[in-house]
Formats: sequence, structure tokens, C-alpha cells
Amino acid sequence: MPFTNERHSPEKLAEIAREIRRDIIRSLVVAKSGHSGGPLGSADIFAVLYMGGVMNHDPQNPAMPGRDRFILSAGHMCPVLYATLANAGFFPKSELLTLRKFGSRLQGHPGRDMHLPGIESSTGSLGQGLSIAVGMAMSDKLVDRNNARVYALTGDGELQEGSIWEAVMSAAHYGLDNFCMIVDNNDCQIDGRVPDVMNIYPLREKFESFNFHVIECDGNNTAELLAAFDEAKATKGKPTCIIARTYMGNGVSFMQDKYEWHGKPPSEDQAKVALEELGVSQ
Amino acid sequence: MTTYGSKATRFGFGEGLAELGERDERIVVLGGDITGSVLTSLFKEKFPDRFFSMGIAEQNATTVAAGLALSGKVPFFASYGAFCALRNADQLRISVCYNEANVKIGGGHSGISVGPDGATHQILEDIALLHALPHMTLVVPCDYLEAKKATIAIGEMVGPAYIRFGRESTPMFTTDETPFRLGKGEVFRDGNDVAIIACGPMVWEGLVAAEELAKEGIQARVINIHTIKPLDEEIIAQAARECGAIVTAEEAQIIGGFGSAVAQAVVKNHPVPMEFVGVTDTFGGSGTPTELMKAFGLTSTDIYNSVKKVLMRRSGQWNGFQRMTEVGTEGQHPQNYPKPGTVFPIEELIEADRQAAAEQAA
Repeated sequence: MPFTNERHSPEKLAEIAREIRRDIIRSLVVAKSGHSGGPLGSADIFAVLYMGGVMNHDPQNPAMPGRDRFILSAGHMCPVLYATLANAGFFPKSELLTLRKFGSRLQGHPGRDMHLPGIESSTGSLGQGLSIAVGMAMSDKLVDRNNARVYALTGDGELQEGSIWEAVMSAAHYGLDNFCMIVDNNDCQIDGRVPDVMNIYPLREKFESFNFHVIECDGNNTAELLAAFDEAKATKGKPTCIIARTYMGNGVSFMQDKYEWHGKPPSEDQAKVALEELGVSQ
Repeated sequence: MTTYGSKATRFGFGEGLAELGERDERIVVLGGDITGSVLTSLFKEKFPDRFFSMGIAEQNATTVAAGLALSGKVPFFASYGAFCALRNADQLRISVCYNEANVKIGGGHSGISVGPDGATHQILEDIALLHALPHMTLVVPCDYLEAKKATIAIGEMVGPAYIRFGRESTPMFTTDETPFRLGKGEVFRDGNDVAIIACGPMVWEGLVAAEELAKEGIQARVINIHTIKPLDEEIIAQAARECGAIVTAEEAQIIGGFGSAVAQAVVKNHPVPMEFVGVTDTFGGSGTPTELMKAFGLTSTDIYNSVKKVLMRRSGQWNGFQRMTEVGTEGQHPQNYPKPGTVFPIEELIEADRQAAAEQAA
């Protein structure tokens, strides 16, 4: 049975996040390619967004007018989005085992052409999803003038793309307080630690100088995430950026905080260990 | 020609670049985060002082490369072709080509054979864009060794250049003795009945198709065009005159792609019937490279079918109207990517969920 979307306790949400993590492992090991680190590290953010009563969505009616929308700007992290959508009831959980396969709706990077319920946009070229989300937020707030909110998640390495800052500038320019971006701040990218590849810090000051409301929190703590999303909703007149500090590979000890796990799946043996650590003995 | 194993062309690029670094101190390399995938990591290990990590910022890296070039350096920037051919298209056009800056771009993970990463990462439109840019040299090597030779060659020439290479292992069939000169096509197999003109790993598929055709007494000339710009128009015109029918093959969009360039050279000199093997105005998708090459009509069989068709057209056995994206003989058009729900029907997935829930309850 899918999980409901309501104000669950932080403990319950952490439990849901663990199930999302298990599904990420299960789908990646069958896919034999794909990204492990980011998806595992951000599972708590997704559990809170989709099943913590933060987003207004209806898995039975994914195109519901006036719904809140979520854009995964870091498209390569889609295993966590797919696992989340399945657990929220957007599509059958068994479909997770088709990840990256020929003819699957679960493409290696989200593809709108496959019409997977819950996928609002194709993404995978870093930076672009954030601008798409700004466009959606402009449509909601400035044209339709409804109460819908738009959420977008970027990686922290993704902030190196110049277009990110064009998107940020425009969101602040139009005072899009219905827009909330989340930075999955795990400090890792394929080539190494983010400051070694191309430094992005300081982040808070950057976003504040762009006229964003900035919230920093522990992105692997569901209670802090709930509070952060509450604060974002209560913020008026400016967009919010939640800098969620996470650990890449969170929940699986041998992947935790290791950038080497950015872009590869676990082997069958590694998946077994991972699932045991995540509370499944099989 | 015979194969002696297989290796991805990206290794030829990485190894060629590392060798160039030995030969020329002006070579500098810009990294775009995925240095291990595009093998600029080999240069980085050998020449850390001439390697600069630029992060995930392809537009900036391209333009910074132009600045380095205008300061006398020979910069190479490599990423996935999706991000270093089209994302930075304006930077390539103005800062690199209009400046005639001596910038070299390595475009990796090209074509549909990237596989499970899916459509976003399978660049198919790079050839169309790049060969339209004035001053650009565009090279699409056919195997690992040619990729290595081509990388060294573009490093030694002056002016903007782009080399396109792939992720997957493909047959190695050229040798140290195989001639390689930028801008010069090579006949890899003689024949006068039809010409198969190909670029990249599709050259091998053309050779395989030619062997099948030979069994039926059809002798195909197979031409390797590694340099799409400047194009060896003479060898193409000669093939048109002597063979009377042409099939092109590329792992890219046929609209505006390699086949279009060849067709222009043909109709300017000696118009003959042509068929085009390539991606037919559609996006890719996830799957194994083998599944995708088959589905999108990029195998030796597809080249064989197109040869059959072009010969029917030449002999007047087939005169029907056809759209430019129609490939192969009737009933053998590529299926392209399956519609959602056809490979994995939703009813079966729902049933699988129901059974899993029942097992859990029991």
C-alpha cells in the first residue's frame, strides 16, 4: 500500500525514507547502471516533500489543476524521485525494477515523452530544471494567481552552471514566494569534493545577496526538513532556498560521504549488504 | 578488413591527448567534472600543471578555452557531446569559430549507443550544428586507433576543431598503416556497384553489410569519412560517378547530419539515388546499446536494406514517393523507441504489485 501524504511524525517520515532508500538499491542493482550516491543522500527530503504533507498533490490525479509541482533539476538523481513517486502511489512499485531498461517509463534521466505520472518535465542537462521551475512559478503566481507552489531540487555541483544564477536572479526579481529551491548539499560530485572541482561557497551569502530567503538545515533530519518547509511556506515577498546538508550515500555505510558513489550502482553483493543495513534481511 | 578486438573511441581520445601533452607544451586541458568518463583524466595524471578543473560549467569552459587560445595556448575541453556541442553552441559560434580561436573540443558519449542514460545524454544533433559553423573542423573517427590519430592531428593543426567519440566499445579495425589525413576520406573496400559512405563506428557496420552484399554478387565500395568538415568532396563525387548509387550511415540525426553533407556534395557534382541510414527525426531512450542500435535502425542489416532499396530505385523498380526520414525497404523501417506501456504493460505491473502485497500479507 502506498504511504499517505500527511503530517506524519519525523520518525515515521524517516521510516518512509528508509523504504525509499531500499527501493533505490533494489532498482539500481537490477538496472546495473545509474546513480546511487545522490538519491540515497536525499531520500529524507523526498519523503518529507511528497509524504509529509508539504506538497499538495494527488497520485490518483497527477495532472490535478492547481497542484504543487516538483522539478528534479538534478535529473540524474531520478532513482530517488521514481522510488518516492511509487511509494506515494503514482505508479506500481514493481515498475521500479524496469529502471533504465529498454521501453521503461523510468528513463535514465526523466523523460516527459514516457508519460510517467508525477514527472512534470524532462531534465538531465544540469541547471535547466531550475529555470523551468521558475517559469512554472511565474505562471502560477503572476498569470494564474493561484496558491500553487513550485519546488525544485538541484545538486550542489549543479550550482556551478551559470544558468542557475540566471534562474535565481529571475525568481528573486519577481518575488516568487511560491518558489522553493532545495540544494542537495552533499559536497560531492563525480570528479571529487565540490570545493576542489570548482568552489561554490559561501552559499548562504550568495543566495542572500540575490535576495533569497535562505534556510540551512540537516537534510538527513526529517524534523528539521519539516520545519524548513514550514518556514519557506510562511515566507512572503521572496523565494526561498533551503540549503539541505546531506551525506552522499546516506544510510549505506560503505557509500556514505564518498564521491566515488556519485554515478554507479551497487553490485549484487553490495546491494545485499546495503539492504541489510537499511533493515531488510534477504 | 578484420577486427582485432574492440575498444571505445573515447580511449583513443584520452590516450591521444596524453601523447599530445608530451609533444607540445602549449596543450592545456579543461575539465568539466566528468574527466574519468571522457578520459581527460589521463592527461590530468601526467600533466597536473596544465590541467584546469572548470566544474560543471560548459559555457564558461568553452569561452575560457577561447581566452587561453587567444593567449597562445592550445586548449582542449571535453565533456559529453550533449553539453559541449549544443549547450555551448553560441560560445562555439562566436568566441571560438568567429574568433578563429585554436580551441579543441572533445565530445564524448555521442550517439544512441550511450545506452541506459537515455535521450538527454544521447547527442544526435551535434554533426548538424557543428558542420554548419564556419572555420570548424569536425572529425568523427571510426575506431579507437583512428580516434587517437585524429586527436593528435587536431592538436597539431591550427583552428577550431571538434572530435566526436563514443562511450561503448566498438570494433577496432584500422592499423598503424591505415592512412589518416584530416580532410581526406579513405576507401576501405573496393567496389563499383554501390557506395556505402559512413562515419564513426558505422563504418564497420558498412563493411559488414558489404560482405553480405558480396555474397549476392553486389560489390560495394565502403568509404570512411572521418573528417566531415572540411569534407572530401572529391572522393564522394568520384564514388557517385563510378558507383551510381550511395548509402550513407551515421549514428546521428539524418536531418542536417553527415548524410546531408554528403548529399550536397553529390548533387553538386553527379546526382545519383541516395539512401540515408541514421536516426530519423526522433529522440533516443534508455536501453542497452545493442537494443538501441537495432531499434533505431543503425546496424549492418539496416545498411544492407538501404543498399537494396537504393539499387531498386536506380534500376527503376521502385519509384514511389518517400519522406526523407523513411529508411530501409518497405516493412523494415526502424521501430525507434517503444511507446510507454508496450514493453512493460501497466496491467502486468499492477498485478505484480498485487501479488507482492498478497505474499507479504501471507
